[in-house]
Amino acid sequence: MTAIVVDKLTKRFGDLTAVDCISFEIKEGEIFGLLGPNGAGKTTTISMLSTLLEPTSGRALVNGIDISKDQDGVRKSIGIVFQDQSLDEELTAWENMDFHGRLYRIPKATREERIDEMLRLVELEDRKDSLVKTYSGGMRRRLEIARGLLHEPAVLFLDEPTLGLDPQTRNHLWEYILTLNRNKGITIILTTHYMDEADRLCDRVAIIDRGRIVAMDTPANLKSMVGEDVVTVLSPDSKRIAEEITAPWIVGAEQYDGQVTIRLRSAEDHLLELLSLIGRDGYTIASISIRKPTLEDVFLHYTGREMRQEEAGAADRMRMMMPRRN
Amino acid sequence: MDIIYTLWLRSMKRYLRSKSRIVGSLGMPVFFLLALGFGLNSVVQIPGSTGENYIQFLVPGIIAMSVLFTSVFSGIMIIWDKQFGFLKETLVAPVSRLEIMLGQTVGGATTAVIQGAFILVLSLLIGISIPSLYGFLIAFLFMVLIGICFSAFGIAIASKMEDMHGFQLIMNFVVFPIFGLSGALFPIESLPEWVIPLTLLNPLTYGVEGIRYGLLGTSAIHPFVCLAALGASTVVMIVIGAFLFRKASL
Repeated sequence: MTAIVVDKLTKRFGDLTAVDCISFEIKEGEIFGLLGPNGAGKTTTISMLSTLLEPTSGRALVNGIDISKDQDGVRKSIGIVFQDQSLDEELTAWENMDFHGRLYRIPKATREERIDEMLRLVELEDRKDSLVKTYSGGMRRRLEIARGLLHEPAVLFLDEPTLGLDPQTRNHLWEYILTLNRNKGITIILTTHYMDEADRLCDRVAIIDRGRIVAMDTPANLKSMVGEDVVTVLSPDSKRIAEEITAPWIVGAEQYDGQVTIRLRSAEDHLLELLSLIGRDGYTIASISIRKPTLEDVFLHYTGREMRQEEAGAADRMRMMMPRRN
Repeated sequence: MDIIYTLWLRSMKRYLRSKSRIVGSLGMPVFFLLALGFGLNSVVQIPGSTGENYIQFLVPGIIAMSVLFTSVFSGIMIIWDKQFGFLKETLVAPVSRLEIMLGQTVGGATTAVIQGAFILVLSLLIGISIPSLYGFLIAFLFMVLIGICFSAFGIAIASKMEDMHGFQLIMNFVVFPIFGLSGALFPIESLPEWVIPLTLLNPLTYGVEGIRYGLLGTSAIHPFVCLAALGASTVVMIVIGAFLFRKASL
């Protein structure tokens, strides 16, 4: 069964094309990740799939229901955890859950039973009668996930689920997400700009940049596509090194911001050779590092830019455009 | 219906928990009532009155004021939900925006009527004569209508506002004029002639006169006219509020 079908989905805001003709399918029970920098169109995609935004063109089915034709049908079959917090801080955790259950018209008996079950699942049952404003960031996130699951949705949307959380809480939350997926068989679509998060959680990842999907596969396949190992050389001559370096075991080299990223097979065996190749041409090396490829390299390979840079740039632009919002 | 009840329930819980808001929004009406009421009581003679003194004349106006301010404020509170993200949770649920808007309106109106009732009780304590139960019910009906009308008005405004920055502007240039031009503080007839049409276009005028009829037994405008005018305004305001809220973006 296919949980989500997205076919040439597009969203334009005036001149800006936020989501540009993307297509993908998600199988039932899959954890699917949309990975990309801020402003790439991830949240816009989620907003369209959850019926909060109308697509400019294209079509999408969620749980077999057309997002443009039967909005209420889609809404009933999805749970969503938004990027920004969406709890009522003046209510208790239990009251937030109760409000949600009533909005989804869950009968009283079932509602109360499920609220208790869900709060137990995210280990908040001891604090269920505390006001949400006394909760930590991680507890709020867990409560939001519990709430999103209350009406037993077929698909759960998680928009940047661990944004702004400390590493320990993130790990904890990842465990929850994986357990949910394994035990309940729930389809999960998540957006993230954390490489490690996508790598750790997702069965498949779509890398999205400037509204387009540039690559889509399992994290392992994506990584093996860009080559086996990565050697990063920091050098004032980075541009020329990237252009000139060749060897049978070198798969490719890209250059940005004073760094050369050389993709090669078994870097450990070829390191000396590589150093002598660079040294022979008289180029200096400020520093050198070897690592196994990450999704970061995949992003770099497909877009020619590093994601972290892009992210900082996008965040600054956002701040300039919207000074009023937190 | 259960969705409207759900939103109403949330409003009530929040209202009962915000003690500072309850007390805070009573401050101004009480101040007006005491300062103007006692300060001007011996100075002011209501023209053409049948013997009531100024403080009696003032009480219905201050009750209406209390309901007005609380209801507009409750409507505008939707902006907080927008800013704190809670509105998204409501909007992504399988419920219509009309139900959400109506729930919010009913919730706002209820808190506003409770605030108005506080003033009513207070005015009994400072020695306003007790009208008949019938009169009370009439006053109560008009308080409810003012509450609904101006909660819907607040939602309409909130749907057009991006954030709370415009709040002060709305308070000073919209809500205060509505209050000032309603005959709450002085009889409509004593206003300059060119202001009177403005007063008669103001829904609150009919609310104030309706409450005055209930509590004092006399009013400058016939109570049925008041009921018809305020009732019609309320319906129009709900329609406008529902329309704008439906179009409002996140």
